[in-house]
Order: sequence, then C-alpha cells, then structure tokens
Amino acid sequence: MSKLIFEKNIPGSNAFSLPVFDGGHPAVETSIPAQFLRQAQPQLPEVSEVEAVRHFTELSTRAYGVDSGLYPLGSCTMKYNPKINEWGARLPGMACLHPYQPQDTMQGALQLYYEMQAMLAEITGMDSFSLQPAAGAHGEMTGVLIMKAYHQHRQDHKRTRMMVPDSAHGTNPATANVVGFDVIEIKSGARGLVDLEDLRAKMSDEVAGLMLTNPNTLGLFEEDIEEIAAIVHEGGGLLYYDGANLNGIMGVARPGDMGFDVVHVNLHKTFSTPHGGGGPGSGPVGVKSPLADFLPVPVAAKQGDTYRFDYDRPLSIGKVKNFYGNFGVIVKAYAYIKALGGAGLKEACQHAVLNANYLRHRLRGAYHIPQDRLCKHEFVATSRNQTPQGVTTLDIAKRLIDYGYHPPTVYFPLIVHEAIMIEPTETEARQRLDDFAAAMEAIAREAQENPEVVIQAPHNADIKRVDEVTAARKPVLKWEGS
Amino acid sequence: MLQTLGLSSLDQLFSDIQADLQLGRELNIPAGCGEMDLRSHLKELAARNRSTEDFPCFLGAGAYDHYIPAALEQLLLRSEFYTAYTPYQPEISQGILQSIFEYQTMMCNLTGLDVSNASLYDGGSALAEACSLACVNSKGRRKVVVPDTVHPEYLEILKTYSLAGHMEIVLVPSRKGAVDIEAVESAIDDQTAAAVIQQPSFYGVIEDAGPIEKAIHAHKGLFILAAEPISLAILKSPGQWGADIAVGEGQPLGMSLSMGGPYLGFMTVRKSLMRKIPGRIVGQTTDGNGKIAYVLTLQAREQHIRREQATSNICSNQALCALAASMYLTLVGPQGLTDIARRCHQLALYARQALEQAGLRLKYDRPFFNEFAVSITDPAAANRRLQENGIIGGYEMKDALLLAFTEKRTTAEIDRLVAILGGV
Ligand SMILES: Cc1ncc(COP(=O)(O)O)c(C=O)c1O
Repeated sequence: MSKLIFEKNIPGSNAFSLPVFDGGHPAVETSIPAQFLRQAQPQLPEVSEVEAVRHFTELSTRAYGVDSGLYPLGSCTMKYNPKINEWGARLPGMACLHPYQPQDTMQGALQLYYEMQAMLAEITGMDSFSLQPAAGAHGEMTGVLIMKAYHQHRQDHKRTRMMVPDSAHGTNPATANVVGFDVIEIKSGARGLVDLEDLRAKMSDEVAGLMLTNPNTLGLFEEDIEEIAAIVHEGGGLLYYDGANLNGIMGVARPGDMGFDVVHVNLHKTFSTPHGGGGPGSGPVGVKSPLADFLPVPVAAKQGDTYRFDYDRPLSIGKVKNFYGNFGVIVKAYAYIKALGGAGLKEACQHAVLNANYLRHRLRGAYHIPQDRLCKHEFVATSRNQTPQGVTTLDIAKRLIDYGYHPPTVYFPLIVHEAIMIEPTETEARQRLDDFAAAMEAIAREAQENPEVVIQAPHNADIKRVDEVTAARKPVLKWEGS
Repeated sequence: MLQTLGLSSLDQLFSDIQADLQLGRELNIPAGCGEMDLRSHLKELAARNRSTEDFPCFLGAGAYDHYIPAALEQLLLRSEFYTAYTPYQPEISQGILQSIFEYQTMMCNLTGLDVSNASLYDGGSALAEACSLACVNSKGRRKVVVPDTVHPEYLEILKTYSLAGHMEIVLVPSRKGAVDIEAVESAIDDQTAAAVIQQPSFYGVIEDAGPIEKAIHAHKGLFILAAEPISLAILKSPGQWGADIAVGEGQPLGMSLSMGGPYLGFMTVRKSLMRKIPGRIVGQTTDGNGKIAYVLTLQAREQHIRREQATSNICSNQALCALAASMYLTLVGPQGLTDIARRCHQLALYARQALEQAGLRLKYDRPFFNEFAVSITDPAAANRRLQENGIIGGYEMKDALLLAFTEKRTTAEIDRLVAILGGV
C-alpha cells in the first residue's frame, strides 16, 4: 500500500516554472471582477518532479497490462498492441493538430481518416462508416439512434421496442433503454444460440430491431443468422451487430453479408489499440446504404485529390462526439490494418480461433465447458467441477493471480452459471497457452486436494480480496485530508 | 495445434459458418507491410499536416494548445497503465485504481464539488449525460434550459442525445455575447429539470452565473456548470457558484490536441447525486488483512448490473486521459496551475491591447479568461493571410475571429498576429 500523492506533500517543492514574461504584469484582480475570482488555490499535490515520477512509476508496478503477460479476458480481445502504432499516433503531425485548423493543413490526417472509413466498410461488408463514437457503448448508442431515425423517417412510429438476447453484454439493453426503447429479452436455446421460436413470437410491428453479437458472448457463431435476419427483416425491423467479437470472424465472414444493417466495431479490441486501463477506445459505426444518410456528421469525403469533412447531411442524427472522434486511437488502428493487410487480418482471426479452440481442448476435463464444441475467438467454461469442494469461479480467478495471470472475464454471460470466459487472442504462442493451461489445471487439482488454498486466494498479490460491501455502503470516493 | 484438435486445416475452424456466408475471397485491403515501410508511410501522412509544434496556434474553441510536461509524456508510456483493461480485478490493479481515486480527488478539489466519476468521453457528451441525469432524476421533468453561449458542438451533441425522447432542450439566445439572464429566468419553470451555463462561455466571456443559479434552484431544478479546468485555478469554482453538477472538457490538462481526441470528459456532482452520477467510480475500502485498498464501487448504477434499467450505457471511458490529467496536475501543482492560468490571461490582455492599438475592437466588451472574439469583416480572408504567414489563426465566426492564448504563446508571436490582422 503506497501513500496517496496528497500524503506525499512537501509544500514549496514543486519547481514547475514558465518562461519569463515580457508583456507587462497587469494583475488578474484588475481585469476580472472580484466576484468571479476564486479566493484560495485548489488543493492539489505539491511535490517535486522526481517525487511525481516515482509516485506514478510505483503505481504502474501495481498494474497488469498485456505487456505484463497473457490476459485472457473474454469479450475484451486483449491482443498485443504493436509499439509502432503508438509511435505513429505520437508524431507531431498527428498528435499536434488542432481540430479546427483549416482542412487543407491536415490533408494527411484526413486521408487516413477517409481510408479508415473505407477499410472498415470492406472488413465488415457495410457501405458507409462514421468514426465518431468514442467506445463500443457509444457506437451502440449511435447505431440505435440511427435505427430510430430510420423508422421515424418512414413515419413508422409504432416501433418502440428493441429485442436483445439474454446472453448480450449489459451495454446492449442499457443502450436500448437510454435511446428510449423498451427492451424485450430473447431467450437462448439449449445450444447457446438465439431461440428462433422465441424470436419469432416476440417480433412484431412494434419492434425496431434486434441487437445481436455474433459470434455471441459464448464465443459461438449464430448458425441460424440468415433465418434470424429473415425474421427481423420480414417483420420490418433492423438488425444491429455488436462488433465487440469481430475478431472471431474477421476476414472470413462479414456482418454485412449476413444481413446486418448497422454495426459497431471496437478499435480497442479487434484492431489492437490499447485499452488504457479503461479507455480511450473508439467505436466506429457502419451502415448499409439505406441508413447512410442518418450517420453522424461529419463524414470524411474525397473530391479529386482533396479530402474534406462533409457536414451537409440533412438527415443526419447530428453529432455524438466533439470534433471527429478519438482520432489518436484511429491512427493506431489504421497502422494495425496497414501492417497486416487483407491476408494478415484473416490470419489474425484464424489464429485467434485456433488458440481459443486449443485452450478449450486443453481445459476440458479439468473444467466444465457447457458448450464444448467448435468455438470462435473465445469460449466459456465454468467451475461446476469445483463446486462440490466449495470452490467458486471467483476463487479460481483470484488464484490465477497467484500464478501470475490476469483472470478471465467472470460471471458473464449471465446465462451461464459461474461463467469463466476465456479469450486468449492470436498473439499468444502455443507455449504460452500451454503454460496457462498448466496453471488452470494446477488450480483444478488444488481445488480437489486442498480447496482452501484456492478459496483464500490470492496469496501473493499486492492485497487480499477487498471488502466491496463496505465500499458501496459507506462510500469513500476521494481523499478528505489526514 | 490443428492435429490436437483433430483438424487438418484452418478453414475447418469455420465450418460452423455456412459456406455462402463466408467471404470466399481476400479482403480488398492492400497487402500488409513491415515496420519500416509502415513507419515511412505514417511519417509521410504526418508530413502533410501542419502541426502546432511548427506553427503558433491561436485556435481554441474547446481545444487548447497547452504545454505538456516531458515527464507526463514518458510516464504515460508505462505500458502497465496503457495496455491494461478496466481494473475489474482489484488485487492486480491497485495502481490504476489508486490513480483514479487520486484523479477523483483532484477533480473534486478543482470544481468544488463532492463526488467525481472516473471520466466520460468528452466535454460535449459529459454535458449531455449531466442533462440526462437531471431529467431522469427529476421524475417527470423534461426541460433543460441552455443558453446558446455553450459550445456549438456541445449543443449539437445535446440535441442528438435528446432524440432519445426524455429531454427537451430549450435554447435561449444570448445578448451581446452574454447569457440573456432575463430570458433564461423566464424560460425556467416547474417543468425545468436543469439550467446550464458554460464558464467561460464559448465566446470566452466570464459570466455572472449567480442569477441563473437562483432561478433554477427556486424552481427546484439542477444547476449544471460546464467549466474550463485551467481557468479554475483563478476563477470561482462550480461549487462556489452553487452548481449541482460540474462537467467539462479536460483536454487542457495534459492531453495533446490530436485533431480532437482522445480527450477527457469530466463530471463532478454534489453528494446527494452520488448514486446517480454515470460512469465508473473508485472507492476506498480495506482488504482481508485490513489494509487500505481501492475498488470500483457503486456498480449497481451501471449497465452490466442494471442492464435495461441503466440510465447511462457508458462502459469504457477515457481512463488514460484521466491519468494524464492527474499526472499533469501533480507535475504543475497548485502554484503552477495558477501561474499557467494567469499567464494565459496576461497574454490575452497583452493581445487585446495590441489589437486595439492596431485599430481593431473586441466584439464583446466583457471580462474574459484566455479567449475573446475580435471583430473582423472577413474572418476567412484574415485566417488565410495568417496561414500564409505561418500562423494557425482563430475560429471563424460570422464577423469575428475567436482567438485563444495559452502559456505557450509569446508576445513576439502575438505581435506578428496583430501585425497581420491589423493589415487586413
Ligand atoms: C460484447 C460487448 N459489447 C459492448 C461492449 C462495450 O464496449 P465499450 O466498453 O468500448 O463501451 C463490450 C465491452 O466490454 C462487449 O464485450
């Protein structure tokens, strides 16, 4: 446990300074009325540069990134983030552009932006793209607003409901609600796929569409996708694709060819941009041409050899983000796509799927795998074999920390009891998968022979498990002083 | 590996995807390239952009060319930070969780409010989330009164978010560059969930927020103040103005301009709204040994628990940008931030004087922080002249240029700016 930066205060030790000012010294007090001024300086840390650097360096040692080791966090696609992409995004010609500077002074950036729109359209099989949304959920909101605008434009005002499978990520139902739809939950069948009967029964002329993740959150390809698309389309609805799991089909199949009308992709998953400890991401949205007019403004366009931002789109839902989206993130994803090329993207997907299936194969037996068949980029195991010994999924996750791994996603999807969702990604070598499998197997053995060691885990971590109940009941959300 | 799986080709891994749904061709994307080629390509693209490293920039309008300390740039490259996911597993993420707790503390201290979240996407979406919160919290009120002195892009975003149908934006025209207080007062009624003010306004004007605070609170609505964070070193904080919610764009706190993103949406609220604020929050607690520890908390508000009852859908936020902000505030400290704010203001004063001496007039005669509009008949032509002379000019209004001054600008650069503008 290290001290908070506030507890390291040494008044007067901060040496930050500005150049000498040669423009006279009018006092702020004379040019801004006193009633608008702050009386006391805000309480901020007072430390020297070396203290600050040591503080944040120390904090970084108590964090775990993809660069630290295998990160099998299902649904998050924690693949390696190539360093050249960081370098590119930090070039002054990318990082030091003001969003409002004249467009003829940022043609290189605009070209990149324009090409990115086109490449994402090709990868997903859609017709037009907006790069504005800042993350996956933001893309969902944008996409669902587009669906709403489409129905309203057709004077189809009855469609006030949105269908979402029970296996969906929480952002799907939350988005539908935030955009003003009533959510209808669609059941999953015994094989972990959308229950077609339930879908048929719930589709109606009050339904705006279906939000679907494919491969779904169990890592399974929705084999009935054509039938699903037909049910939704024949009922007058639209099909939304949550692209968080695009890594499982990239280069092999495209949502646009399966009947999806709107997609979002997560550049911070499939396209290798780092997650930053929780962001920034980027969640571009693509649509089929009947929906293109509703995309947010601006969209990059090309005229002759010149690139520009097009704002003249009268049916657009408007803006969802300041300026043009998370450009710095877009640069990194662009570099990734350029480095891999068409064939490389497919290869990345193939190896992601190979790695997931290999691990599934390795872990069957030690762990219960409810849908133990061909999966895509991820699969879901459970702790059912360990339940008799009183060992839960959470215990296994915490014990993995002792073995030096970041735990998988746990307790999601909700339709699997005690879920352990594992996504190794393509950037792990077979040897590393074997190491991870060996750790998982060792934990399974411990659960049989010495369950307490798992139940009490972690033992070697920075801290023991935390008291989350008190954290929520009596919230302490900032440092109040000593 | 394929053998272990009893397969003979990679294609068999996709036998669950019907053949006619498979692409059956290579993606139409040029062949990949090695790192050296990629590097040249990126360099070539970057070379076709004019960067603020090479040209003095007087553009602001919601994104500011402040100095970023070298230590910040290096620390942010600690890859344990930037290649990590959201700190869902506290035992392996204490460093990130603690940094967010520190960020929350700094934002509360800066804005004078009680509770901060871990970040939102940007200033515009933070304002939209705040208005949304106000409507949902009011149980039935739908009106949000917003003066048109708020950033035009924020207004656009607000309009888009309101397509959801739960809020109605009442836009109040300004008068002479300032909020028309009487018009705002009369727009506020018992159906008003919130009133908004941006401080300083989009046009750089420091406003008297007092009357709006009184009016909205008299009608039991919420007062939302969109603030500029560096100005808060010297200007009255949102808390002191009586705001219930403060939001804003955190980009000035150590984020590069990056053609508009990634930036940092911040939001702080007073205590009574603690369980309503959207986004992630870190709390302090203890571990099994009684040691102080940090953890994501109050998650019952969030989408992964509440699902279709959630009132915000945000999941990933702008964590690394929030980390940059706390590094920035730590590296400059309270005195440094005050010096920076004062310098920005002093440079703006210097520029006003020089412009007036050159025969130009400010469009509005009102107090400003580091940005103001100068009247110019043909702003586009003026900007072109500036561009030809190696200066990134201002934001073009109908009959004025909006100019911003950060601590990076020098009196010599301002003299050049004025010489060119004065000659237009
Ligand atoms: C299936 C799925 N959909 C949507 C999201 C939301 O993405 P973001 O966190 O970028 O908003 C996630 C993120 O974990 C996800 O796994």
